[in-house]
Amino acid sequence: MTRQTKSKRYLHSVKAFAVIGVLLSVIGVMAFALDNGKEKTVESESSLPAFKKDSITSVKAFKQVYTVLISPRCMNCHPSGNIPLQGDDSHLHEMSPQRGTDGKGVYAMKCSNCHQPTNTPGLHTPPGNPNWHLPPADMKMVFQGRTPSQLAKQLIDPKQNGHKDMKKLIEHADDGLVLAGWNPGEGRTLPPMSHAEFKKAWITWLTTGAYAPKGK
Amino acid sequence: MINLNVNQKTYQIDADLNMPLLWAIRDIIGLTGTKYGCGVAQCGACVVHLNGEAVRSCVTKLSRAAGQKIVTIEGLSENNNHPAQLAWNEENVPQCGYCHSGQIMSAAVLLRENPNPSDADIDSAMAGNICRCGTYLRIRKAIHLAAELQRKEAAGK
Repeated sequence: MTRQTKSKRYLHSVKAFAVIGVLLSVIGVMAFALDNGKEKTVESESSLPAFKKDSITSVKAFKQVYTVLISPRCMNCHPSGNIPLQGDDSHLHEMSPQRGTDGKGVYAMKCSNCHQPTNTPGLHTPPGNPNWHLPPADMKMVFQGRTPSQLAKQLIDPKQNGHKDMKKLIEHADDGLVLAGWNPGEGRTLPPMSHAEFKKAWITWLTTGAYAPKGK
Repeated sequence: MINLNVNQKTYQIDADLNMPLLWAIRDIIGLTGTKYGCGVAQCGACVVHLNGEAVRSCVTKLSRAAGQKIVTIEGLSENNNHPAQLAWNEENVPQCGYCHSGQIMSAAVLLRENPNPSDADIDSAMAGNICRCGTYLRIRKAIHLAAELQRKEAAGK
């Protein structure tokens, strides 16, 4: 055997070990990833709650969420038309204020002309919030008339939900105007559950896959 | 003490921050052109401009108005010659007159933001100002005339 042939054999052996080593590493990484995959079905950021797809839990949670979103305290500012709704019977807002381009009204009829930074004292006086507005004209985010299935799909579509990703959707449970629904001023009923219960159902719905109930 | 800037004058008033701006304007400063109608932002008689917006002074607290620029009907123009005031006069719009300072203040915001308003624009802008005498048709006519006067004034400059 020549010295050259010996050297070639040695190189072949090194290559074979290297290939086996790489393959073992890949298998190891894949096994780790697959194991993790059992726990997390959706990519999540460290700041987000754990995600685990569960359509039954998700739909059940959304049914609770829906009762809040369709209640007057939420739906009245998510009308199908350009005039907000008013009162527990969700009638068209007296004086017919218009949405306007930015959702803050038009001309002498801007929301904050009557709606102050805080609730005005007295029965049925204008409720207040520093950020009082409707969704803007280019993304109306309508709740009124939406079925549970339609609303669920709309809420997770960034093209229809105000460009919100999962993180922003979860944070939205604590938005100032959302919270205002539980501080509506005198003479108005509260949403059908507490904010804590709503937030829990909202996050459960989202983190279990944000499934839409069946049906149209 | 609270600093209130009304019609380009600064007033130092001793009042509760929860006091409605309308009270301060009428009872403390003494400008009585702005009227009290309903007290709950339903009628528009008390409209003044707060940083240019037509707010209802009966529900606007001093805490919101302090340090901001407030204009009442008395300060809308130097010589009662705002195009809306001239048009109101020309068309004999008021009957009892009680709601018309608020009507004119709301119309002024419309005319500033839309120099050529349609009937629909006028209805959208003025729907929150109620007139018990029913002068709505004359109000609409006067706003069209005011828009015309404003355009002529702008063209003449």
